[in-house]
Amino acid sequence: MLIKKTQSIRENEVTSQEDYLRRRDFLKSSAIAGSMAAVGLPLLSSCMAEQEATAESSPSPVSPLSNVIPAPPQYSIAKSKITPEWEATHYNNFYELGTSKEDPARNAHFLKTKPWSVAIEGEVEKPGQVPLETLLRPHPLEERIYRLRCVEAWSMVIPWIGIPLGQVLKQFNPTSKARYVAFETLYDPKQLPGQKTRALSWPYREGLRIDEAMNPLTLLAVGMYGNTLPGQNGAPIRLVVPWKYGFKSIKSIVKIRLQEDQPMTSWNDENSREYGFYANVNPEVSHPRWSQARERRIGDWTKRPTLPFNGYADEVAGLYAGMDLRRSF
Amino acid sequence: MPRAKTGQMITVLVAMIPLLGLVLGLLTGRLGAEPVEAITHETGEWALRLLILTLLITPLRQFFGWNALAPYRRTLGLLCFFYAALHFATFLTFDLSWRIDDLLTEIRERPYITVGFFSFMILCALAITSTRGWIKRLGRSWLRLHRLVYLALVLAVVHFLWLVKVDRLEPLVYAAIASALLAWRLPLLFGRRPLTYATLRRPGEKAQKSA
Repeated sequence: MLIKKTQSIRENEVTSQEDYLRRRDFLKSSAIAGSMAAVGLPLLSSCMAEQEATAESSPSPVSPLSNVIPAPPQYSIAKSKITPEWEATHYNNFYELGTSKEDPARNAHFLKTKPWSVAIEGEVEKPGQVPLETLLRPHPLEERIYRLRCVEAWSMVIPWIGIPLGQVLKQFNPTSKARYVAFETLYDPKQLPGQKTRALSWPYREGLRIDEAMNPLTLLAVGMYGNTLPGQNGAPIRLVVPWKYGFKSIKSIVKIRLQEDQPMTSWNDENSREYGFYANVNPEVSHPRWSQARERRIGDWTKRPTLPFNGYADEVAGLYAGMDLRRSF
Repeated sequence: MPRAKTGQMITVLVAMIPLLGLVLGLLTGRLGAEPVEAITHETGEWALRLLILTLLITPLRQFFGWNALAPYRRTLGLLCFFYAALHFATFLTFDLSWRIDDLLTEIRERPYITVGFFSFMILCALAITSTRGWIKRLGRSWLRLHRLVYLALVLAVVHFLWLVKVDRLEPLVYAAIASALLAWRLPLLFGRRPLTYATLRRPGEKAQKSA
């Protein structure tokens, strides 16, 4: 009985964001909230503190993006399935801005994204330190509605805006020795206060094989939900690799290096038994501590089956022909 | 006796506050984007806290001689079971959709689920046999059976330790408290009497106080 009740309530929450915000005001002013806080109920009072904090610190400034090419059908998912923007911007893993899911949105204001430049290094004919605007200028922005599958067995559907990484890389003429692409997040503990702790070894690093990087699905995103990226989602420029677990999609990139050897990557370095270099979404290969066979789509109560390569097998399975994906997980 | 009954009623009512908080949180959207995770975490943590409170009763009785606390041991133990059952039901319903074969796989393959499940099984057995009827029926073996509560505590703490990803501080705090509660019982193993407040006081002081 309890389950049925809560389920119908939950659906209301998902559909109406305005109600969500109004309820916050309602509860803040209501006697219930006051007495709850007085009793010292940790859950409620901590939530309230958090709401107030987000209300005070101005939300990470985002601005609308124009002239975006709408998502073509093969890179799209029905609009009705898109995760509400509030959820996608307030439930984040970005340890540089704190290890809880709510921390990144709260701490995003520390991150200053203007000016921003990206260093293109290594096996390219035209290396350089490129201002973000220069990097983007030659390419039209495209929308891509992708599933995002976190290694923690939850998922979202997000409308990204960006440029295929392959197009950007080609502009710098990779040499024949460019077999891998290595990425680095900004290292600046003032802007990314989580870097003051040793949650991971900083800066965050990720990498792709060159054919993965050149695949048309792989996106350098600069926006989501029609706007520029908020800090907590990896402003101003991040990677999106929809057939891999979310941690591969590195945020707030300052360095892209093409190289001959497989790069070191942060989670693999942290715990190579649990996080592989490839990290392709694979329902058959469990994380050592939990199953990857199912996932909870944010907004759902129960779990759904996880698809091989997160549903992008047609596009990318060929990249791994002949590889043992149990060993190269 | 009636005073203890009232006290137990109040204990139960107070212990419902976390549950009320969860329900209110659900109604107001305060549980965030992943309410299932929040419910699982809160119910699990309250089960552990209540288990610790349950096992704190005896040391308090022994040390301070507060024997009036005795009836609360069962009350708190049953409340612990209540939250543990909510915790397990949340997992079974929302994570596994009641697929029993998946539950068996999880128990077999994930060490933190294995220990958590066994801890819950112990709590089930203790809750069922917590009635007067069962105490009579089991006689001396009731006491032996209910010593399993210490194993349930150890397994619950290990369950918490093994499931966290990076921040181990919180489960380690519980591990420290659980160790202290277990350490308190060590002298009993060697047939020694537990430490009491009375033995700590100097005889002179004792005389003064009793005067």
